[in-house]
Amino acid sequence: MNEIVDKVPRVDIPGDQVDFIVEAGKPFYVEPLFTRDPASVTENQILMGMTAIKGIYAEYGVKRLNHGIGFPTAAIELLLPTYGEQLGLKGKIATHWALNPHPTLIPAIESGWVEQIHCFGSEVGMDDYMIARSDVYFTGHDGTLRSNRLMCQTAGLYACDMFIGSTLQIDLAGNSSTVTPGRIAGFGGAPNMGSDAHGRRHPTAAWLKAGREASDGPKELSRGRKLVVQILETFGEKNKPNFVETLDSVAMAKELNFELAPIMIYGDDVTHIVTEEGIANLLLCRSAAEREQAIRGVAGFTDVGRKRDRKAVEALRQRGVIRRPEDLGIDALAANRQLLAARSIEDLVTWSGDLYRPPSKFRNW
Amino acid sequence: MTNPAQTQAANLSNQSQLPDADWYEAYARDRVAGLLDPDTFVEFIGPEQRVMSPHLAQFDLTGAFDDGVVVGRGRLDGQKVFIAAQQGWFLGGAFGEVHGAKVLGLLRAARDSAGKDGPRAVLLLLDTGGVRLQEANAGELAISEIIGAILEVRNAGVPVLALVGGRAGAFGGGGIITACCSRIIVSKHARVSVTGPEVIETNKGVEEFDSKDRALVWRVCGARTRYLTGGADRYVKGTIKDFREAAIALIPHAPPFELATLKAEQKRLADRLQQFGDCRDATEIWRKAGLSEPERIADIADDAFLAIARPKGADHDAR
Amino acid sequence: MEQFQVRGAAKERARGSRLEAITGVNASGNLEVLVERVLPDRECLVEVATAVTGFREIWEAVIQEFFERSSPGGLRFSINDGGARPDTVTLRLMQSARLMEAE
Repeated sequence: MNEIVDKVPRVDIPGDQVDFIVEAGKPFYVEPLFTRDPASVTENQILMGMTAIKGIYAEYGVKRLNHGIGFPTAAIELLLPTYGEQLGLKGKIATHWALNPHPTLIPAIESGWVEQIHCFGSEVGMDDYMIARSDVYFTGHDGTLRSNRLMCQTAGLYACDMFIGSTLQIDLAGNSSTVTPGRIAGFGGAPNMGSDAHGRRHPTAAWLKAGREASDGPKELSRGRKLVVQILETFGEKNKPNFVETLDSVAMAKELNFELAPIMIYGDDVTHIVTEEGIANLLLCRSAAEREQAIRGVAGFTDVGRKRDRKAVEALRQRGVIRRPEDLGIDALAANRQLLAARSIEDLVTWSGDLYRPPSKFRNW
Repeated sequence: MTNPAQTQAANLSNQSQLPDADWYEAYARDRVAGLLDPDTFVEFIGPEQRVMSPHLAQFDLTGAFDDGVVVGRGRLDGQKVFIAAQQGWFLGGAFGEVHGAKVLGLLRAARDSAGKDGPRAVLLLLDTGGVRLQEANAGELAISEIIGAILEVRNAGVPVLALVGGRAGAFGGGGIITACCSRIIVSKHARVSVTGPEVIETNKGVEEFDSKDRALVWRVCGARTRYLTGGADRYVKGTIKDFREAAIALIPHAPPFELATLKAEQKRLADRLQQFGDCRDATEIWRKAGLSEPERIADIADDAFLAIARPKGADHDAR
Repeated sequence: MEQFQVRGAAKERARGSRLEAITGVNASGNLEVLVERVLPDRECLVEVATAVTGFREIWEAVIQEFFERSSPGGLRFSINDGGARPDTVTLRLMQSARLMEAE
C-alpha cells in the first residue's frame, strides 16, 4: 500500500485476512479503465449512438441495462440528455443501471435520467461525486460507495433487460471475441452481462417483446429474451476489419490446445448488432443463412460486408431485420459533436459541480 | 491506445453558429470565419491553389492543400485586418517552408501597405508546436523572418495580436513569435512556451519536470500563469466570440513600438525575474504575489479566475 | 504513399451554386476533402493521396457507393488522407457534398 496509518477511514479487507504488508515508496497508479474522454468521441460513434437509442432503447423501452466500456456506449451516455431528450425518452429508458461509475453518465444523472446505479467496483476520480449523489449510487453509513462485484454480476445477469457493448471481432454467427493474435484481453463482465439468463422468470415489456420477436410459438409459452447488443465500427485500429469469417480465437485455440475457442459473447445470445451502417436484428432471423446475411448487411466495406448477397440484404431490410439510420429517420450528417451533452472532460467536471476529479492524463488546463 | 483523432466538428455550413463555437475544437478556417465580420474574409493562396509542401512526399507523408495555415484579409468590427490561422491538427501546426512563407508574406504585405488604407491590425491565430522537423531549416528560417517581419509591421504602426487557445499551444518558435506581438490573448487551454515539456524532461530528468503531470505543465506555461505574470494581456473564456471581443478591445490600446516601450519591457522582465526567479512552481509565484488560495487558482472556474485582481506588474503595456 | 483517381457517373448534377468547399483535416484517423465544381454535370471524380497503402479496393468500393448514394454530378473531390477508416471517408465525402449543395 501507499502508507501505513494509525486508523483507516474505511475497512475494505479485515486485518485478520491479511498475511503480508508491503509499504511501497510511491503511490500505486490506478488506470482509469471506465473513463472515456468526450473529446475523442467521433461523429460515427455519435451516429451509432443515435441509431441505438432510437432503434433499440426506445423501440423496446429499455429501463434496466448494463453498458460495456467503450466509446460507442460513452457516446450513448452523452446523448441521453440531448438526443434522448429530443425524442421525449426521459423516464422511459435507462433509469436503472448495473454499471461501474462512468464519468460520461454524469450529465444524464444531473439531468434526472437515472434513478439507480449499482456498481461492480469504483472508478478513479468519482468518489466525491458519488458521495454527493447517494440518492443514485449505493453508499454505506460513512457516505462512500458500496460496490459489490458478486451482487452486481447477478443483477446484470438476471435483472437487466439489456447489455450493450463493443468487441474486437464478430463472425457470421454473431460470436464475438476480444482475443486477437498478440493480444489476449480479458472479457470482463461481458460473458455474464451478454448472456441470456434462462433462469429468469420476471417479465418486463422489453424482455417479453424481444422473446416474442425470436419465437413463432404461442405467446404465453414464449419466454422473454435479454437484449444483447454488440455495437462496434466495421473497421478498427489500422483499418483492421472487425467482421471476419473466422475469429482469430479459433486459430489460437488450436495452437494452444484449448477445448474451446475463447468467445466473449456467443452468437446465439446476441440479439442485435449496431454499426455505422445500421442495426441487424438477429431475433427476427429464422435461419443461419438469414443471420449471416443480416450480419453481412451491416458489416460495411469489410470483406465480409462486401461479399453480401445484395438481394437478400434488401429483402431483410424490407422486413425490418436490417434498419439503416435513414429507415429510423436519422440523417447521418445530423450526427455531430454539438449533440453531446459534454464535449470534454472539463465539461464533465462542470456538470458534476466540480466534484468529479479527473486523473491527470485527461487534463488540458 | 487512444481513439483516432476524429474529434473535429464538421465545418459548420451555418456560419451564424460559429461565434458561439468552442475555439479549442474549431478548424482554423472556422476560427477565422467566426472571428471576423460575416462574409468579409478573402483568403490568399487558398486550398484550391494547392500550394503545398514540396518536402513531405519524400517522408511518405500526405500534405494539406493550404499547408496547414489560412491567411487573408477581412474586417473586424468594420476595420480592415490581415489574419493568419494555423491548423493545429495538421502536423501539430508546425511551421514548414510554405506554411512559413504564407505567414511571412502576409506580414510583409501588411508592412508595405501600412497607412491610411492599410490594415488596422494583423491577427495571428497561433496553434503550433514550433518548427516542422521534416522541413527544419526552412521552418527555422521562416520563423526568424516572421519575427523580423512582426517587428517591421509594428514599427510601421500596425499592431500585431497573438490569439492562442488551441490544442498545440504556441511552442518553440511559436512561443517566441507570441512574445514579440503587441498584445496577447489566451484562453484556458492555451500554453505558451519555447521548450516542450517532454524535451525538458528528457534533458533534465523527471525530477526537474514531470511532463506527464499535465496540471504542472499548465501551471508552468499555461494561460492562467501567463496572464497572472504579464505574459498575456487578456484571458478569455472559450468561444470564438470571446476572442473576437477581446481583439476588438485590445487593438486601440496596443503599445507603440518605440524605444521607450522596449526599455519598459526590459525593466518589467528584469523586475519579474528578480521577484520570482527562484520560484519552483506557479503556486509559489502566486503566493509571493499575494494572491489568496494560490493552490486553487489552477482549478477554479473561469468566472472565478477572472475575478482575481492581477498582481502588480502583470497589467502593462510594455511588450 | 499511394495516389490514384476514382471516376464515376452521376445520375444528376449536384445541386447548389457553390464553387468550392473544404472539410476535415489531414490528421491521424481523419482526412481533408477539397471539393470543386469543375466537371461536366454527369461526371464525378475523387483523387486520393494516402500514406496507408494496400486499401485501394476498399477506397474504390467506398467511393463508388458514395457516387451512387449522393449523385455528386460535376464535382471533383481531392483527398489528403491521414489514415481514416472507410466510414470516416464516407462521412467526409457526404459532408463536403452537402456543403456544396447548401447554397
